[in-house]
Amino acid sequence: MDFLNAIVALSNFVLIPAIAYGSQLALGALGVTLIYGILRFSNFAHGDTMAFGTMATILVTWLFQSMGISFGPLPTALLALPFGILGCMALVLITDRAVYRFYRQQKAKPVILVIVSMGVMFILNGIVRFIIGPDEQRFADGERFIISARTFKEMTGLREGLAIKASQGLTVIVAVIAVVLLFWFLNRTRTGKSMRAYSDNEDLALLSGINPERVVIYTWLIVAALATIAGTLYGLDKSFKPFVYFQLLLPIFAAAIVGGLGSPVGAIAGGFVIAFSEVTITYAWKKVLGYLMPESLEPSGLVQLLSTDYKFAVSFVILLIVLLFRPTGLFRGKSV
Amino acid sequence: MKKLLMATAATALMAGSAFAASHGKEVKIGIILGFTGPLESITPDMAAGAELAMTEVNDAGTLLDGMMVTPVRADSTCIDAAAASAAAERLVTSDGVKGIMGADCSGVTGAILSNVAVPNGVVMISPSATSPALSHQNNEDNGLFFRTAPSDARQGVVMTEILMEEGVKDVAVSYVNNDYGKGLADSFQAAFEAAGGTVTISAAHEDQKADYSAEVGALASAGGERLVVAGYVDGGGSGIVRAALDTGAFDTFHFVDGMVSDTLTAKFKGEIDGSMGQVPGTDSPGASNFEKMAGDAFNPTGPFAKESYDAAALIMLAMQAAGSTDPQVYKDKVMDVANAPGERIFPGELAKAIEILAGGGDIDYVGATAVELIGPGESAGNYRQITYKDGEEVTVKYR
Repeated sequence: MDFLNAIVALSNFVLIPAIAYGSQLALGALGVTLIYGILRFSNFAHGDTMAFGTMATILVTWLFQSMGISFGPLPTALLALPFGILGCMALVLITDRAVYRFYRQQKAKPVILVIVSMGVMFILNGIVRFIIGPDEQRFADGERFIISARTFKEMTGLREGLAIKASQGLTVIVAVIAVVLLFWFLNRTRTGKSMRAYSDNEDLALLSGINPERVVIYTWLIVAALATIAGTLYGLDKSFKPFVYFQLLLPIFAAAIVGGLGSPVGAIAGGFVIAFSEVTITYAWKKVLGYLMPESLEPSGLVQLLSTDYKFAVSFVILLIVLLFRPTGLFRGKSV
Repeated sequence: MKKLLMATAATALMAGSAFAASHGKEVKIGIILGFTGPLESITPDMAAGAELAMTEVNDAGTLLDGMMVTPVRADSTCIDAAAASAAAERLVTSDGVKGIMGADCSGVTGAILSNVAVPNGVVMISPSATSPALSHQNNEDNGLFFRTAPSDARQGVVMTEILMEEGVKDVAVSYVNNDYGKGLADSFQAAFEAAGGTVTISAAHEDQKADYSAEVGALASAGGERLVVAGYVDGGGSGIVRAALDTGAFDTFHFVDGMVSDTLTAKFKGEIDGSMGQVPGTDSPGASNFEKMAGDAFNPTGPFAKESYDAAALIMLAMQAAGSTDPQVYKDKVMDVANAPGERIFPGELAKAIEILAGGGDIDYVGATAVELIGPGESAGNYRQITYKDGEEVTVKYR
């Protein structure tokens, strides 16, 4: 019984939150990695692109809610998501046309594009705050739990409760669908293959008649879709606040680099590595160990390696270790 | 030449005394509050509350045989200690105030006290500074500082009493990471442990984060019968409660004054049934008197408006009791007029109080907030104990 309690406590506070958070990071890191692979620069504006897409989704959600449209037990935001993606696509195409294309034609060095993307980041940051304000916005509705802690306790008679929030289940399902679609697109369709070809060897791809502008546009469209999905899922699961999305940039980049920049599989693995490290290192293990260990060995302290305030430090440290010892990342992406 | 000098000196002296005589029937009291800054929305009501007391005394016209009270406002900014000290310095040296009603925020209040009030020997009565650091147990303030707001240390004691009466012995504490949260959590922990309770964990949370599940994970791991949330309802406090409810870590909570509000019940409805909390409040008849007097002139239910009225009234009544406007003389009378024994004085009865004092009698100023000064001259603090039932906030009692 104690063993079961330990497993349930661990799932409730570590496994489930980390899986949901990992999926959100993986989707974000996929966007970063695609831009790096195909456009060949680190897009610092990615966090704010997520914020913009989420904002568009939220505005449409509010419109739907005011019109009385709902999605039954599922959040209305899911219905609004396609519109949010369209809004975000329009935004990235405009920024590409207005900003990035100029530097691409100049054959600017990647480092210049990185700085340019920082400029874009600050402007997007301002636009999002200007439109929706810097405060926290809640837009989740529908059923809150797949299973709540109280029901679980009554069902099983265990001392520990297990809660799975609807937003967590949704995050995982939507992330899986998005990733399957993305891989199908990259591996099976003509455009996807041309994108991979362009990423592998730009000159060879140009010689074989691939239109680079088309590849770039498709990349941006996919990135906009991924960013909006990641941002909306994060917002549903936690809450939407523009500044938080800006801060998410660090774990997302850590995930993309740990997995190997330019490698989609790596981005997904990296997302989960970062999420699990952040959660396990800042978790206080007292309860779980208390169930597992004999009474005499029960820990009296909290058994918490780092205070939760240092969550972002964990991603930093992992990032540093990977860059020092394996600069190409776990899945042999491009070296940074 | 010598005669000329003498004459000039004599003229100057005469002019000086004539000047003094013409203003002899006026006493200035400074009102220093954060008219700009993070409290700018509530300070106008506070100042109006203090000025209401002065108008009441002036209308009676009996203070120290016809002394008129003039309020002088200054801006404390709430956050900028240097600006606040400069403003207070101007009040004391240039306007010549004999007492200061203020300041509002704990930080600037401490700065004004040590930089201006103590060096110049001016009495300060703050209506809203609640930091335990302002309790001068060893007379560092030369007996010049008082407050009509309770110290947060007092709230820690009240919380302990409530929890102990409920039979709760183990609690986890989550506090907002600033002076208010930390001070409150520390004073609560000290009081609770002294009463025989156990604080399993006292962990800080940052305001304005998207997700508090990690913080709640640590709190749940430490365990406890109840989670004490010492934060803000519009900040991280609600996030902690949300995450604790979602993960099933805690079902019942204990809320401090920063959490108890309509927003809290609107956010959580029936989910926090069985939780408890306390907010400053009193059922004394003084509060309703004050609200009637204020009428539509300002919002008398605004935070600390009543405390401001009481602070200003105490300064004037202490002057009357001492028979002098000299802060060094009347500072000793503040505690006398505020506490028993004597005739109980409510808002609107300041004229009566002055009459009693003038006749050599004793008063016990109750005022709008049931003032009772304890220890180093701070309000004993009256709290409204509340609980949650069927998604509604219910008042249990006043303590």
